[in-house]
Amino acid sequence: MDVKNFNTIPETIPIKKIVKETDTIWTFQFEYNLESKPGQFLMLWIPGVDEKPFSIAYDDGKEFWLTIAKVGSATEELFKLKEGDLIGIRGPFGTHYKWEKGKHLVLLAGGYGAAPLYGLARAAVEDGCKVDFVVGARSEDLLLYEERVSALGSNVTYHAATDDGSKGHEGYNTEILEEIIASKDGEGVSKIYACGPEMMMKRAAEIARDKGIKSELALERYMKCGFGVCGQCCVDETGVCVCKEGTVFDGERALGFSEFGKYHRDSMGKKVEW
Amino acid sequence: MSDKLWAMANLKVNFCGVEFENPTVLASGVLGVTSASLKRVVEMGAGGVTTKSIWMEEHKGHKNPTMFGTEHFFLNAVGLSDAGIEKARGLFAEYGEPAGSGAKNVRPAPVIASIVAGKQSEFADLTEEIVKSRPDILEVNISCPNVEDEFGIPFACDLLLAADVTKVVRRKLDELGSKIPMIVKLSPNVPNIGRIAKACADEGADGFCAINTVGPGMVIDLKTRKPILANRVGGVSGPAIKPIAVKAVNDIHKATGLPIIGTGGVMTGEDAIEMMMAGATLVGMGTMVYYREVGGFGEVVKEMGDWCDANGVEVVGDLIGSIK
Repeated sequence: MDVKNFNTIPETIPIKKIVKETDTIWTFQFEYNLESKPGQFLMLWIPGVDEKPFSIAYDDGKEFWLTIAKVGSATEELFKLKEGDLIGIRGPFGTHYKWEKGKHLVLLAGGYGAAPLYGLARAAVEDGCKVDFVVGARSEDLLLYEERVSALGSNVTYHAATDDGSKGHEGYNTEILEEIIASKDGEGVSKIYACGPEMMMKRAAEIARDKGIKSELALERYMKCGFGVCGQCCVDETGVCVCKEGTVFDGERALGFSEFGKYHRDSMGKKVEW
Repeated sequence: MSDKLWAMANLKVNFCGVEFENPTVLASGVLGVTSASLKRVVEMGAGGVTTKSIWMEEHKGHKNPTMFGTEHFFLNAVGLSDAGIEKARGLFAEYGEPAGSGAKNVRPAPVIASIVAGKQSEFADLTEEIVKSRPDILEVNISCPNVEDEFGIPFACDLLLAADVTKVVRRKLDELGSKIPMIVKLSPNVPNIGRIAKACADEGADGFCAINTVGPGMVIDLKTRKPILANRVGGVSGPAIKPIAVKAVNDIHKATGLPIIGTGGVMTGEDAIEMMMAGATLVGMGTMVYYREVGGFGEVVKEMGDWCDANGVEVVGDLIGSIK
């Protein structure tokens, strides 16, 4: 075993740059060779405050980005930090998305799920893949990463769906997914990737299964360790740790988890319905 | 090591009247939040499992970071988070009924219920509740601070308090007519663990689990000059504590002669054999999962069998307390 892998003490590094995507969603950029793969996550320590898992939006071997929404007390403290302030990282952890060269992929993002899927789109395009990038959000101002995704070139098509119709399709992004698959062009779709609210991912996995297409989903569960020890993120009824054997699971496998789309657990292990 | 699939040696052990397929047991606090997780640990080869410590009421625990490690040690301060007795009832119901109960849903291996409380009376109330779920063994975790003590020192670190909690739980079990074996989980952070074990034995403990984590310890981030654990300090486990654990187990064995779950720094089959020689009947593993993943249970069991076969040991139980 590689001894280096056993060091999971957080390493503190300065925030290089903060990009404000919206008032409550910021991208934190770091100059650091994280050696992560699309879909992996890291544990981010806000010194003296808390530590939370975040999926990695971008990693080119020189810098990496985390796109984070202000949703609770920990992220509220995080949003008080400035460029140059120190923050702790440990990881990367978890499984990653897999794709084959030159294939047609559909990426389905709900809300800030667009960030990690951007990392996948970027890597897949480099491998000659054709990508349909479908983002869903409540309204236009919450749609993320449009410019960055569009800048990936002509092999990537950005589709938007909003609940209020303020941009793109009025309705669910899964409806765009179904349209793409049903179109002539959709015959060649080799895999569907989803990241976002669990009900959206469940729908995506069901659509994929019905059409005989493979899918990969990134599950979200409360985590403490991030490396398969604490047992906080174990899913029923298989008992597998989301942090270790996920967070990216084959869609078919995720559909087999009895709790998938039904409930998750809080920091004390108590069931919470979605 | 040979490539044979199973050992010739008999790895079964009997702990306080409970049969275990092999001497390995999942220690409390690791992979013990849900029934599904415990069952998976059994599938991977563990002879038995211990729940995460159960409180009567919800208990939040500490914020993250709660744990991390290096190749030498592991540090944690989870703060005994738990959702209370209601959740525990559900866990036991899902895990299954005791072997020999004739029930359809029989548990895959013995389960040890770890209970924790901040005062003696609460240990008694919790005992009364937990017994209804019929765990195979009751493990009394006395390493949490006594809220009624002005210094908040853990029950495990004071001979009289440790003995008193043991007495309270024993009295409750007797009152209920329960035959569930009761073991006490001891802390190594005392001058003489043997004396404390003897005091608990005198008050009716049927056995022990030792050791809990060492320390507490602290790790400081040099750049921010802040301790990394949200709780600042936490219990040390992992390879570094094995010699402390082996010595403590031997002290308890000599002081009481009662069955012990030897826990602390066990990573391999040979570590487990060493623990048994010191006096352990069962061998607990928790932090091992960090180094070898959950599949490590089956690997350790195989290594124990291989060692026995290579050394002419036909019954692993013969090794218990065989230190010279």
